[in-house]
Amino acid sequence: MTTTTRAQPAEGRMAGRAFAYWITNYRRVWRGTIISGFLGPLFFLVAMGFGLGTLVDDGGLGAPGYVEFIAPGILAAQAMQTAVGESTFPVMGALKWQRQYHAMLAAPLGIADLVLGHVAFVAMRVAITSVAFAVVAVALGAITSWWVAAAVFAAVLTGLAFTTPVFAFAARQDNDSGFNVLFRFIVMPMFLFSGTFFPVEQLPAVLEAIAKVTPLWHGVELCRSLVMETATAAGSLGHVAYLAVWVVGGLWLAFASFRKRLVT
Amino acid sequence: MSAVNAIARALPIPAGAGLARTLVERNARAFRHGWVTLVSGVFEPVFYLFSLGVGLGALIGDVDAGGGRMIEYAAYVAPAMMAAAAMNGAVFDSTFNLFFKLKYAKLYDSVLATPLGPRDVAVGEISWALLRGLLYSTTFLVVAAAAGVVHSWWALLALPAASLIGLAFAAIGMSVTTYLRSWQDFDYIQLALLPMFLFSATFYPLSTYDESVRWVVQVTPLYHGVAMMRDLMLGDVAWGILAHVAYLVVMGLAGLLFAARRIERLLLR
Amino acid sequence: MISAHRLTKRFGEFTAVDAIDVEVRRGEAFGFLGPNGAGKSSTMRMIGCVSPPTDGSLRILGLDPATDGPAIRARLGVVPQRDTLDEELTVRENILVYGRYFGLSRAHVRAKADELLEFAQLTERANSVVEPLSGGMKRRLTIARSLVNDPELLLLDEPTTGLDPQARHVLWDRLFRLKRSGVTLVLTTHYMDEAEQLCDRLVVMDGGRIVAEGSPRELIALHSTREVLELRFAADDHAPYAAKVTDLAERVEVLPDRLLLYTDDGDATAAAVQRRGLQPLSVLARRSTLEDVFLHLTGRTLVD
Ligand SMILES: Nc1ncnc2c1ncn2[C@@H]1O[C@H](COP(=O)(O)OP(=O)(O)OP(=O)(O)O)[C@@H](O)[C@H]1O
Ligand SMILES: [Mg+2]
Repeated sequence: MTTTTRAQPAEGRMAGRAFAYWITNYRRVWRGTIISGFLGPLFFLVAMGFGLGTLVDDGGLGAPGYVEFIAPGILAAQAMQTAVGESTFPVMGALKWQRQYHAMLAAPLGIADLVLGHVAFVAMRVAITSVAFAVVAVALGAITSWWVAAAVFAAVLTGLAFTTPVFAFAARQDNDSGFNVLFRFIVMPMFLFSGTFFPVEQLPAVLEAIAKVTPLWHGVELCRSLVMETATAAGSLGHVAYLAVWVVGGLWLAFASFRKRLVT
Repeated sequence: MSAVNAIARALPIPAGAGLARTLVERNARAFRHGWVTLVSGVFEPVFYLFSLGVGLGALIGDVDAGGGRMIEYAAYVAPAMMAAAAMNGAVFDSTFNLFFKLKYAKLYDSVLATPLGPRDVAVGEISWALLRGLLYSTTFLVVAAAAGVVHSWWALLALPAASLIGLAFAAIGMSVTTYLRSWQDFDYIQLALLPMFLFSATFYPLSTYDESVRWVVQVTPLYHGVAMMRDLMLGDVAWGILAHVAYLVVMGLAGLLFAARRIERLLLR
Repeated sequence: MISAHRLTKRFGEFTAVDAIDVEVRRGEAFGFLGPNGAGKSSTMRMIGCVSPPTDGSLRILGLDPATDGPAIRARLGVVPQRDTLDEELTVRENILVYGRYFGLSRAHVRAKADELLEFAQLTERANSVVEPLSGGMKRRLTIARSLVNDPELLLLDEPTTGLDPQARHVLWDRLFRLKRSGVTLVLTTHYMDEAEQLCDRLVVMDGGRIVAEGSPRELIALHSTREVLELRFAADDHAPYAAKVTDLAERVEVLPDRLLLYTDDGDATAAAVQRRGLQPLSVLARRSTLEDVFLHLTGRTLVD
C-alpha cells in the first residue's frame, strides 16, 4: 500500500500543500455549500428573529429584541454546524472512499501536514460562512455593533473547537453510522439548548450546568457579549481560553487518531 | 384484487405483482443492522419540542391558536413539530436511502428480475417510509401527551394524519430523487425543506405575516400538514380540515404514480 | 420456450441488437457467443423482461413480456453479468429475501435456502455479510439465488466468469443436472470449452447480429477445418510469414503471436512448412474447436 512510515524531517511544514488541495477541490462544489452554509442560518434568523420574535417577551433577554438576541447565537451555531459537517463525511471520505490522505502520504506529507492542512481549510470554510452571515445580519439590522468583526473571529474559534475533536472522532469510525449519533445526540441538542434560542437560565439547574460546559455555549456567549458590547476582558478571555483548550486537545487527539489509522 | 388489477391496467400505472410487502420485509431485515439510525430519529422532534416549546415558550406565554383561543406555546408548537418530523422523516427515507439503493447498491436491478415491478418498488419503499414514520409519530405523541401539551382525544387521529403527511412527502421525494445525479444535489432538497420547516406557520401563527404573503405560505404542503395536525391535537376539528386532507391525498397519489413511472423509465431500459 | 422474431434493441441512435431471430426449445441448453459489445447481455435482458424490445416480437413461455412481465419473471431464474447481491443483508438472507420476492412462503424459502447454500458451498458463510466475500463466492451466491423459485428457464449471463477452475467444473456439473431435470438453460459465455461442454445449440453474435447458428459440432464442420496448425515464429510481426504459407492451407489466420493454418491434416501441413525451409519456434497440430469458428466468424481474438 501507499502508506509510509518514513519519518518526516519537518512534519507540519507542508500543511500548506494539503490546504491547497482542499481549496482546489472546493472550487468544484462550492455552489451547494452556499445553501447549507449560508441560506440555512439566514432562514433561521428571519423565521425565528423576525417571525417568532413578535411573540417573544423581550424582558429576560438582555437584548433590545429577540432578533438581536439570536443573531449572534446563530452566528456561533452555524460555525459549529459548518465545522462538524466539514469534519465528518469529508474526513471519512479522504480516509476511506476517495482516499486522498493516502495519496498525500505517498507524496511526502506527514500526518501533521494532513491534519493541519485540512483543519485550516475547515477554518476557512467556517470563516466564509461566518462573514457572509454577519454581513447579512448587519444589513438586516439584527447586528448593529462594529464588534461584529471580533464576533466573526469568535465564531471561527468556536468552529475550530468542534473541528479538531470531530477529526479525531471521524478518524476512529469504520462507517458513517457514528456520525448519525454525533449529529442527533450532540450537535442537535447543543444547537437547541446551548443558549442560541433562549438563555440557558431557563433550563432546569442540572441541564443549565451541562449546557455551560459545552463549547457552543461559550461560543454563543462570546459572540453575543461582543455584539451587545457587554463583553468584559476577563469574561472574554475565559471563553477564548476554554475554546482554545478544545482546539488544542482535539488536535492532539486527531494526530493520534490519524497516526493510528494511516501509519501501521 | 382483480378489481385493483383491472384499474391498474386501465390507468397508466406501471406494472407490479402486488408483492410490495416483500420489499418492506427486505428493508426491515436490512435495518436490523442499522437500528441506531432508526431509533435516533425519534429524538429530533422531541428535542425541538422541549427547546422551543418549553424553553423558549417560557418567554412567549400564550399564543392565539386561531379564533382568539389562547393556548400555551408548547401546545401550539407540538403539532407543528409532529407534522415537520413526518415530513423530514419521509423525505429523508425517500431521497437519501432511495438514491443509495438506485445508484450504488443497485438493489432494484435484482428486485426487478423477480415478479416485482416498478409499482411494487414505489409502493414498497413508501410503505416502509410510512412504517418508520409511524414509529416516530407514536413516540412523539406519547412524549407530547406526557408533557401535557395534547388537549383532545382527537389527537389519536394525529397518527394517521402523520402518515398522510409522510405519504405526500415521500411520494414527491421519491419522484425528485429519480432526477438527482450526485450527492451534491441533495443540498437543493434542503433548500426546499428548510424554508418550509421554518415558515409554514410552524413556529408562529399565519397572522404574523403580512396579508400579501400569506397565500404563498398557504399553498405549500407543510402548511396544510401543520394546520391539520394542530386542529387534531388541539381538538379544534371542523369540516374545513378535509381541505387539508384532500390537498395531501392528491399530492400523495399523484406523486406515487409519477414516482412509479419514473422508476420504470429509469430501470427498465 | 423463447421465440424471438426480428428482435431489436436500440439505445438512442445505437443499435445493440439488430433484428435477430432466435428459437429456444424446452429442455435444451442454448448459448449466445460473441465478442464484447456484441449484444448478448442486451438480448438476455430483453428475455429477462427487464428491458422492453424496441422492435420485433418476443414471446417467452408462450407469454408476451410487455403485458405479462411479472408472470414470466415468476418462472425465470436470472444470473446477470454483474452480481446484484444485496450488500445490506447476509448470505443467507440474500436467498431468503429473494425467495420472498417470488411470493414463496417463509417456510419454503427457509428450507430452500439451506439446500441452495449447500449447492453453492457457502453453508459456512451463511451468516456473514456479503461484502467481504470473494468474487467467486459472490458469483456462486448469485447463481444459487437464481434457483430459489425452481425456475423453468434459467438465464445465465457469463455464469462462470471469475470462478476458479474447480468451481467452474462444479457449476457445469450442477447445470448439467438441472438440464437433465428438465430446466431450459440459456447462457452467454466467452469460454469456448464451456459452450462446447454445455450447449446443445448456440448462436454467434457480432455487432448485434447473428452470424452463425447450430450445434457446436455443426458449427465446427461448417466454419472450420478438421484440424488447425499453430505456428509461432521468432518475430514480432507474423504477417510476412503468412504470405509464405497461404497456399498450404485452406485459410490462414494471423494473430499477434502466431499463425493459424486451417487444414484437414495438420501433420502433413507441418511437414510441408518444414520443406519450405521455414523455422518456426513451435509447431502445434490440434483438432479444430469452437474458438476457431469464433475467430473466423468475428475476426477477432477472444480476449477481454
Ligand atoms: N443501457 C444502455 N445504454 C446505452 N448503450 C448500451 C446500454 N446497454 C448496452 N449498451 C450498448 O450496447 C452494446 C451491446 O452491449 P451488451 O452489454 O449487450 O454486450 P455484450 O455482448 O453483453 O458484451 P460483453 O461480452 O462485454 O458483456 C454495447 O455497445 C453497449 O455499449
Ligand atoms: Mg454482456
